[in-house]
Amino acid sequence: MGAFVLLLVIIAAVAIMAIGMYNSLVTLRNRCDNGWSQIDVQLRRRYDLIPNLVETVKGYAKHEREVFEKVTQARAAAVNAQTVKEHGQADNMLTGALKSLFAVAENYPELKANQNFLMLQEELAGTESKVAYARQFYNDTVMKFNMRQQVFPSSLIANMFGFKPREYYQIEDEIAKGPVKVQF
Amino acid sequence: MYEQISRNKWKSAALVGFFMAFIFLLVWFFEYVTGWGKGGLVLAVAVAMGTAAVGYYSSDKIVLTISRARPVAKEEFPYLYNVVEGLALAAGIPTPKCYVIEDTAPNAFAAGRKPETASICVTTGILEKLNRVELEGVIAHEMSHIKNYDVRLQTVVVVMAGIVALLSDWMMRSFMWGGGRRRGRGRDNAGGAEGILVLVGLALAILSPFIATIIQLAVSRKREFLADASSAQLTRYPAGLASALRKISADTEPLEAANKATAHLYIVNPLKNLKGGNSGLNRLFSTHPPIEERIAALEKM
Repeated sequence: MGAFVLLLVIIAAVAIMAIGMYNSLVTLRNRCDNGWSQIDVQLRRRYDLIPNLVETVKGYAKHEREVFEKVTQARAAAVNAQTVKEHGQADNMLTGALKSLFAVAENYPELKANQNFLMLQEELAGTESKVAYARQFYNDTVMKFNMRQQVFPSSLIANMFGFKPREYYQIEDEIAKGPVKVQF
Repeated sequence: MYEQISRNKWKSAALVGFFMAFIFLLVWFFEYVTGWGKGGLVLAVAVAMGTAAVGYYSSDKIVLTISRARPVAKEEFPYLYNVVEGLALAAGIPTPKCYVIEDTAPNAFAAGRKPETASICVTTGILEKLNRVELEGVIAHEMSHIKNYDVRLQTVVVVMAGIVALLSDWMMRSFMWGGGRRRGRGRDNAGGAEGILVLVGLALAILSPFIATIIQLAVSRKREFLADASSAQLTRYPAGLASALRKISADTEPLEAANKATAHLYIVNPLKNLKGGNSGLNRLFSTHPPIEERIAALEKM
């Protein structure tokens, strides 16, 4: 009788622990999804700002066709990106193209004094830093989620319910270095 | 980070427990020394708790009002909003409401019990005098206060210290006129023990507000260090906040809207002229750790 009660207690304890681990995995997975959608929102905001910006700059600097094309192409590539990796690469291309656009703008003092241009510039700078912060949050969350799937004993639960590790959202330098190896 | 938040919540609970015990002790002496009986006591504690509840639920509005802060829209301050929104993303909390104080002295504070209803308030001076990375450091510091539930802990501690001060004040008054009456009724056990207890009660009444204040300030200083560390974690650039702290503390303009009651909220103590040296007593009674120590801690990261 005593042994039976003990067994019941042990089973109950293990079940509670398993439920706790499962729930924390689900919470982290949702947090990853949320983090990703936050990046997505900011990236979209950025893509929406670019046509306006190009139009404003065109008004003052008609002859810089090359730069405009580069920006437009980079934007199209970024909008059509599918996977996390593609998003990262397209985004880096776009950042480079925008840099050259702003470098061109430097040569046109009238443009630099344009209220609309200044506002767009601030919006874009703000959105870019938001993308960076959203990415930071996403990557931190992914790290926690992946780690939880690898450490014992929650790895057992993760395997049982088929949790998959998430991909990091990498930026230029990190891609060049190859995937980051995380060891525990 | 999440571990730190739960530790913070646990600490608030422990502090509240400690203060409760302290208040209970005071109340016990209060009852023993004065002849008021239970009724008056219950009333006193109820009044104190009521005040505490009002303070707890509307502390942010009160603080923002007395600091003469006004809510601003994104169209008016796009730069401020972009920085705040970015760091809210980094911290993974909803974007707080932004308030601005029209004052050239650079400073900032956060208010609100929980991330969902929090506000961040900055002076127009800080927007003019800091560059983007510095402002990000400052806003990240305030964001950390919100995310770590510092404002709640701080409010609870302030309210508790207030209750202790109130009780001790009542006790002092009752010594003036209530104590004699009780002794007159002559239902004491032993005169000697009574005398000692009265002395202890008197000592408690005098010392307790100081003890409460010292605890409150110690908590405040600890939270400042923690928020600095979390700020660096959010921006991944501690040098930004270090440079901002240097600029803010070098600025000699006083912030008119700040007073002793709200000074502990700001990122840097706005009452600079009140700040003495760096001696032991000054440190014990200051709301913020010395700026040099905060900068040194940031530079070591």
